[in-house]
Amino acid sequence: MSLDYVKFTPGFEQFMPKEYRDMVEHGPFGKKTTVSQMGSFKEILEEHPMCAGCAMTLFIRLAIIAFPNPEDTITVGTAGCGRLAISQAAIPFVYGNYGDQNGVASGLSRGLRLRFGDKPKDVVVIAGDGGTADIGFQQVLHSWFRKERFTTIMLDNEVYGNTGGQESGMTTRGAVLKMAPLGKKFEKMDMVTMAKVAGCSYIATVVPNNPRRVESVIKKAVLIARDIGPTYIQAYTSCNIEYAIPTDKVMEDAKTVEDDRYKFTEYVSDEAKAYLAERYGYKEFIPKATAAVTTA
Amino acid sequence: MEPTSVIGTKNKKNQVFTDPRIMMREAPRTPSFYTGSEVIKEAIRRASIDVMIAYPITPQSEAAALIGELFAEGYIGDYFRGESEFAVMSQCAGAAFGGARVFTTTAGPGTMRAMENFPMWAGARLPIQCIVTCRGINSPLSIQPDTIEISYLMQTGMLVWHAETAQDFYDWILMGYMVSEEPDVHLPLALCCDGFFVTHTKDVVDLTPTDMCLPPYDPYRSPVPCMDMECPPVRMMRDPFIMKSNYISYATHASWQQEIWAAAERSRKHTIAWLNGLIETEDIDADVLIVTSGTAVSQGREAIRLLADEGIRVGLVKIKTLRPWPEEEIKEATKHATHIIVPEFNVIGWMAKEIKATIPRSERVVAGPRVCGGMTMPPEIIVEEIKRALGVRSTTLAARG
Repeated sequence: MSLDYVKFTPGFEQFMPKEYRDMVEHGPFGKKTTVSQMGSFKEILEEHPMCAGCAMTLFIRLAIIAFPNPEDTITVGTAGCGRLAISQAAIPFVYGNYGDQNGVASGLSRGLRLRFGDKPKDVVVIAGDGGTADIGFQQVLHSWFRKERFTTIMLDNEVYGNTGGQESGMTTRGAVLKMAPLGKKFEKMDMVTMAKVAGCSYIATVVPNNPRRVESVIKKAVLIARDIGPTYIQAYTSCNIEYAIPTDKVMEDAKTVEDDRYKFTEYVSDEAKAYLAERYGYKEFIPKATAAVTTA
Repeated sequence: MEPTSVIGTKNKKNQVFTDPRIMMREAPRTPSFYTGSEVIKEAIRRASIDVMIAYPITPQSEAAALIGELFAEGYIGDYFRGESEFAVMSQCAGAAFGGARVFTTTAGPGTMRAMENFPMWAGARLPIQCIVTCRGINSPLSIQPDTIEISYLMQTGMLVWHAETAQDFYDWILMGYMVSEEPDVHLPLALCCDGFFVTHTKDVVDLTPTDMCLPPYDPYRSPVPCMDMECPPVRMMRDPFIMKSNYISYATHASWQQEIWAAAERSRKHTIAWLNGLIETEDIDADVLIVTSGTAVSQGREAIRLLADEGIRVGLVKIKTLRPWPEEEIKEATKHATHIIVPEFNVIGWMAKEIKATIPRSERVVAGPRVCGGMTMPPEIIVEEIKRALGVRSTTLAARG
């Protein structure tokens, strides 16, 4: 998008809604805003219909702030709580069918590459655990095997929240939920390992209570997906309603779950490391000088 | 970008972007002897397609693979095999959301597996073209010709056309994009044919010059924003309507659905201009008319010839577009008929039901003969149906049952 679009037509400033004026004057387009500046700029996602205390909403806000190039980013999703917020963001959100987000993103990413060549158009899938690991599983895995160059973010609240609390493949074993009246009979699906097997170039697991870390993984994932290959981020974004987490304990729960079974993990392929170092100056991935060879 | 601005320039295959009216109506045609699948390939060679996504299912597999050859030759921007028809149609949607001209093909159970996508395509105003080479969808499994899937497609909001011959197919693929992509239409097109009968038989088809192609798709003629982030940033939605149980929410959904069907209606004027009408007629002053679509029309022509030998005069109405439905045209064409015979390649007789719902005095409609599950339709059974309707003693019992 030309940043010329993010301007007022001369003479129309006073007639534009305040919402739009704020977006033009204080929005993030064309600027390098960071999560540490939250509260000092107009966010792409602000008002939303999500539940009070929703960790998922915080994560989505952080993720969108972290997009390296919001003025050329298109999000894709499917049914679930997350899309209720994402569809109100000031960047396009494509909703196709139930569970087809990685198929839509495959076509979108290819279509945009045909039309815009080397100009980055970042495609980011943001979908829930049911949308990603259950109904969308085939298209997710195949998009990874095909090495489609876009980012997939799973909002893992370990339950079908939007439809009222049913078991998903990402629910932990034993949890009693709707459609699992005797407790879930099988283990939480290991999507991280599947992402590795399917060839993702970058994989991370995060929780939302460390904004800088969320920002860091999202940025890396989106940048790597431009040229290297598929990237996958799995975020624990608890459902405080279905899991009865008191609103003021949501972050505490995230910390507990992180310590217990949702530790921060990050896999970066060698090719992706070299790319981040060379193209974007990531110091941690610049190969260290090899130790001087000593002779015996 | 004005779409006409590229007219006269060349693509990377040295084809000249040509005014479609000149390409389709005035350019010299070369008679060529091809299978229906090869004809699809030749039309797509000239269609300036950005993205084609393929998946194997009989009887469209050959056409889908042949377009892969076009990709290898450099005529198509991108091409790959998806993992199922549902996935393919989702991938097609993504490419179209991003502003690409998109083509795909499917058949029978593939159409049914992909079905969730078709109303979504229409609702999202994606002018994707999907070739449907109809075949059975029933259990026990059948791969043979059967047109029952068309009856489902007709309720999706897509444009639905039904080709009789390979020549129809060739012309309508190219003309289809011109109609689909009009700003006041901007809807997907299901271009149907009867599998095997059209795809796997050879016919002489008059092709336009190889060095001419359609002008490229211009996504900024779409009535809805292209999802390429090239528009001024706005919040497109506040309080998603799906969450609301109130009158405004219902009215929003209702009016958009009505708009989709209105857009299909608005395609009439463009379609009439390109296809020379939504129907074709022959000898409609006759008391008896055969009214149908697809290869049932071809079989009807044979039946008419057989009956003419016996001194029985029968006219013909070939229905080319099922959506939009040529209601007024059919009413007018059948107004003198006493018997309206509707031969069909499916068990439920959806065409006869549509016609009955369209014309006055629907008892004139003879809903048959019908064959299904891959049976052929010898002209003799149409002859027999007509004779029975007329109370003429039949000497022909061929192919009953």
